[in-house]
Amino acid sequence: MSTRKTLFDKVWDSHVVKHIENGPDVLFIDRHMVHEVTSPVAFLGLKNRGIRVMHPEKTFATADHNTPTINQHLPVTDPLSANQLKMLEENANEYGISYWGLGHEKNGIVHVVGPEYGITLPGATIVCGDSHTSTHGAFGAIAFGIGTSEVEMVLASQCIMQPKPKSMRININGQLQYGVTPKDVALFIISQLTTSGATGYFVEYAGDVFRNMTMEGRMTVCNLSIEMGARGGMIAPDETTFHYIKDREFTPKDEEWGKAMDYWQTLYTDEGAEFDKELTFDGSQIEPMITYGTNPGMGMSISNDIPNADAVQGGVASYKKSLQYMNFDEGDTMIGKPIDFVFLGSCTNGRIEDFRAFASIVQGRKKADNVTAWLVPGSHKVEAAIKEEGILDILTEAGFELREPGCSACLAMNDDKVPAGKYAVSTSNRNFEGRQGPGSRTLLASPLVAAAAAVTGKVTDPRELMEKEFA
Amino acid sequence: MAYDKFNILKTSAVPLPIENVDTDQIIPARFLKATERKGFGDNLFRDWRYNSDDSPKQDFILNNPIYSGKILVGGKNFGSGSSREHAAWAIYDYGFRCVVSSFFADIFRNNCLNIGVLPVQVSPEFLDKIFQAIEADPNTELEVNLPEQSITIVSTGEQERFDINDYKKENLLNGFDDIDYLLNIKEDIREFAKSRPL
Ligand code: SF4
Repeated sequence: MSTRKTLFDKVWDSHVVKHIENGPDVLFIDRHMVHEVTSPVAFLGLKNRGIRVMHPEKTFATADHNTPTINQHLPVTDPLSANQLKMLEENANEYGISYWGLGHEKNGIVHVVGPEYGITLPGATIVCGDSHTSTHGAFGAIAFGIGTSEVEMVLASQCIMQPKPKSMRININGQLQYGVTPKDVALFIISQLTTSGATGYFVEYAGDVFRNMTMEGRMTVCNLSIEMGARGGMIAPDETTFHYIKDREFTPKDEEWGKAMDYWQTLYTDEGAEFDKELTFDGSQIEPMITYGTNPGMGMSISNDIPNADAVQGGVASYKKSLQYMNFDEGDTMIGKPIDFVFLGSCTNGRIEDFRAFASIVQGRKKADNVTAWLVPGSHKVEAAIKEEGILDILTEAGFELREPGCSACLAMNDDKVPAGKYAVSTSNRNFEGRQGPGSRTLLASPLVAAAAAVTGKVTDPRELMEKEFA
Repeated sequence: MAYDKFNILKTSAVPLPIENVDTDQIIPARFLKATERKGFGDNLFRDWRYNSDDSPKQDFILNNPIYSGKILVGGKNFGSGSSREHAAWAIYDYGFRCVVSSFFADIFRNNCLNIGVLPVQVSPEFLDKIFQAIEADPNTELEVNLPEQSITIVSTGEQERFDINDYKKENLLNGFDDIDYLLNIKEDIREFAKSRPL
């Protein structure tokens, strides 16, 4: 075997406690993020076995999935959600885990607050009982979602048993066109690979398109890795990364910082290292994207027509069923389709950069009357920045309201549900049947596309509303 | 959580010839609010199975008494999407012990293995044969033999082998779970943890 290693190999191999012949690796986990929905049964398992959490100091709990996004100072009205939140708080207290519950200044979506407070670090292994844990890969960490049995494993032993995934590199170079955001890049990749195209792989994103992205943008891309089936995605850390994490609450300080930097600077794929699969795309060809079906792979350039069933990979029957659910036809154009809801938020696009982009379009315009808009910051920190930067004024002026942080309409476990048959342009990550509420119809898109829809009331190419120089 | 041992399973099967069945369909998010692992089978495929007034949708396969058995046969890319183990719990709780498809999403596959549901990945051709056999006769039996790593359409004798790593196979055959293993090597883990001060 060659001694040239990929970024993924370097991080993975340094965390293997034990390799089991013809079986999984026992992988040590540096950071474990916990939320209210996928943890109660895991804690119950610990109790039944009579064991403690092995490393509470490496475990962080936040409430986000089923929390309301208005009146967070009041008791949660849904009894089941309230019970889950109470359980998380009790479990966190019992096992000495830091808990950022509702109303806590650090509260927010698990994948938004992790990076904000420096819990997410390059070269770390990070897991959480949520598939979009892949977000943290933006920092050069190995981060992936796990099931509840695995949550219990990590609580009990700080380890997880995983076969090492195959490796894939996706290279994108070239100048992105104006109006094209990291979300579009990700939706483009998924549309090319389909939702199962990277199953079994861990992806590294390489090329100047990703190099030139902010950390927020990189997080959006890595976040969506799971939507092409990949366990996770990662980007080698660089000056942008180090600059972002420096001086955050949980990042190493002083001497420790220096030592950490020495290590972090070795985190790149060696020249000549081999991947099991390598793909290359031209960034300058990507356009603003939108989805028209019921999985994230059913996306296209916003100005294209919905493909015919025989032109797509996969089953014709499943494809037709999907269009039927959306009430769209093959050959339809998406431009001009009336919409009912707009959701700006989630761990995909609920960061400050996303609110800036949204505001850049709605500034000086008015929310369309037929649109209900939910603008949900990913965390209190994002909420504070929205206010500080004057974005809230722009939004209010345009007729929008800002809600309180949480997952919200991304999975509609709280009251933010899109009614049956209604269309939502959503900056979240999944357009599955009923994802945003039973019978809801979701069009995934960037914050720019969402903003254009919010002010026109229909699917609109955001470039028509943008100054040429805005990129 | 410990589960029943898996060895040889011979039973009829329920066909679901749809691709990309995601975990939001298997168990919608609004049913994830329990704090115990109970009762998820009632909401398996909730929105495909019931109308909004909770009446059963007659055309959905689980509501058709002709089809039954402990094996669920799904289309390609089964279990994509969310990491919710509740999807695997719902399948188990409903009474399935095995899911057959030509392709599984990663996390779903792991979740199944961790709770004692065997995911059997077959070739697209063999999957078609299974669907055809069940269409011709809903009582068609499949035999899943874990020790041999084979799946057989009993009526025709057609057979295919499937992959599973040795470690997971042992676990399933014996009803062990990973935590038993991890707790046994706790000292090794403690030693290792010292090298990761992070
Ligand atoms: S915003 Fe959506 S995808 Fe992200 S953690 Fe919350 S539910 Fe999961």
